[in-house]
Amino acid sequence: MQLYEYQAKLWFSRYGIPVPRGKITSVVSDVREIVEKYDGQAIIKAQVLASGRSKAGGIRLAKSVEEAEEIASNILSMTIKGQPVNKILVEEVVRVAQEYYIGITIDRSSHCPALVLSTGGGTDLEMIAQHDPDQIAMALIDPLVGIRDYQIREVATRTDFPRLHWRTFTKLARSLWKVFYDCDATLAEVNPLVVTPNGGLVALDSKMIVDENALFRHPDFIEMRDFAIKNSLELDAHKHNLDYVKLDGDIGCMMNGAGLAMAAMDLIKLSGGEPANFMDIGGGADENKVCYALRLLFSDPTIKAVMINIFGGLTRCDEVAHGICKALADRESTIPIVVRFAGTDADKGWEILKALPAIKAETLFEASQKVVQAAKGS
Amino acid sequence: MGILVDHNTRFLVQGITGNRGIVFTQKMLDYNTNVVAGVTPGKGGDWVLGGKIPVFDLVMRAVEVTEANASIVFVPPRFAADAIIEAADAGLALVVCLTEGIPVRDMMRVRSYLKKSATRLIGPNSLGVIAPGEAVAGSFPDQITFPGSIGVVSRSGTLTYEVVHSLSKAGIGVSTCVGIGGDMVYGMTFIDVLELFEADPQTEQVVLIGEIGGSGEEDAAEYIMSNMTKPVVALVAGQTAIPERGMGHAGAIINNDKGQAATKLKAFWEAGIRIATGPDEVPEMLA
Repeated sequence: MQLYEYQAKLWFSRYGIPVPRGKITSVVSDVREIVEKYDGQAIIKAQVLASGRSKAGGIRLAKSVEEAEEIASNILSMTIKGQPVNKILVEEVVRVAQEYYIGITIDRSSHCPALVLSTGGGTDLEMIAQHDPDQIAMALIDPLVGIRDYQIREVATRTDFPRLHWRTFTKLARSLWKVFYDCDATLAEVNPLVVTPNGGLVALDSKMIVDENALFRHPDFIEMRDFAIKNSLELDAHKHNLDYVKLDGDIGCMMNGAGLAMAAMDLIKLSGGEPANFMDIGGGADENKVCYALRLLFSDPTIKAVMINIFGGLTRCDEVAHGICKALADRESTIPIVVRFAGTDADKGWEILKALPAIKAETLFEASQKVVQAAKGS
Repeated sequence: MGILVDHNTRFLVQGITGNRGIVFTQKMLDYNTNVVAGVTPGKGGDWVLGGKIPVFDLVMRAVEVTEANASIVFVPPRFAADAIIEAADAGLALVVCLTEGIPVRDMMRVRSYLKKSATRLIGPNSLGVIAPGEAVAGSFPDQITFPGSIGVVSRSGTLTYEVVHSLSKAGIGVSTCVGIGGDMVYGMTFIDVLELFEADPQTEQVVLIGEIGGSGEEDAAEYIMSNMTKPVVALVAGQTAIPERGMGHAGAIINNDKGQAATKLKAFWEAGIRIATGPDEVPEMLA
């Protein structure tokens, strides 16, 4: 789960990383008092979990209290990449001499944490990696030992980070490692990290992603999570232990297994359709879970057809079939359903579905073709 | 012979007394896999599965008594890292971990620890490994496959069933099928398994099943191009995934534009590796 900027900054500052003074609010009426404290100037930042906030007009400089109120009211009425802006962070203006990128991430190839420093702060790291890879220095961290000071010096040397600031930089990098490690983060990033004209370092923007599998160690993050799930369908699915991601297409998908779900969605796309969602009902799903999952798909108004693909193993096709019957029992659905069963109890599953108007498919490919046809026909 | 496991492999089951432990151990026994012991802390001295399998408190003790040389782990996520390290410290050659949901920090520590050990780790969040007709250590539907010459290596579970199922329907058998797992940080990589397939006399061709996230597929493409003589067919799932959103598996996520299906397919394409668009297409792509 990704934390909002203001939450990440709160955690970073607890670990001794300097962040700008700032206040979080959801109402314009708070803005005047805050901005007056910052000498009548402020940066107003939309709190949404999306990149490209600045481009979307979600981060703006206000040069007076009145302007701040106007901008705040404007940003609070925005929707950025599908997310309504419910909160804004009002921050003091920090003077910038130089900008850097610093982050600790997981290097997937080496299976360990990596400290990354770049002189191209403020821009997208991926852009820098493509156009000017020499500007990026990386050091792999042994999680059993932790970050070493020499590694921090190493990345600083390779990016010509001014020696004058090495001491404060080393302290900051150590803190970033500590917050990354302690919080079970998969990413802890400051972009940009700025050097101010008087030589201080400040984390102007902060981003932290926390490992969902480690939330049992972090009860304080669990509370933040439900509130961070953006889509109401996704929140419902989450409560029922369904892996569900809303997408832009019109073909509802219910599969067992994440890899199989993705492969099936690829085939839908290949057949000329667009999936409306990713959904993995997991291993050994029972009748009730299947019924719930299917009702959730039907509650999505964009759906024109549904594809159900189950490979029976731990999950039994007959159990899934009962779930489908149950979900359809009390509704007059006109949405076509294409079903494909394979593996354990596939035949029993078919027997149960016999009375329903479900479209049968033998193979995954056939199912994807039939569901695309069905969606176009309805 | 296949790779990694055979009928001589002496398995112990960590977490044998849990629900999943009991169910899967029974399935392993049904397949004539050589299961010699179980380990559940606090249950040492018990016998399970009709009194056939002795339970120990410690892996080391189980190894002393039964000469187990491999382990399969069904321990819950928060204790699983400890279980893997315990197995490595007891000198087991192979640890297969099926547990899903182990914190990535724990796995990074395990990974670093195993560097100094000869123990091979498969998984976590893996479907396990099967050498048809020899042994099974993992989650495979009954009679899904039979002995043959195709090596299968995959990050996924049910998608692997689909592929193996379509091979079976086409009359094609498998030498060994290995699930390396769907997590961000895991033990044996595609390359580690490909190396074994390349050296295995029974394996003639390999099917590689990848998905979005990480760079294991790209690394594998490079390895295949420069080191493998045996033909490989690749399947990559997740072309419809959106960035920064996990697709079920913890490892199946595109971060900072890295780990996209398109990049992986391009890597395979450039390495001259045949690409299947779906599981049904795999059998006809084999040489």
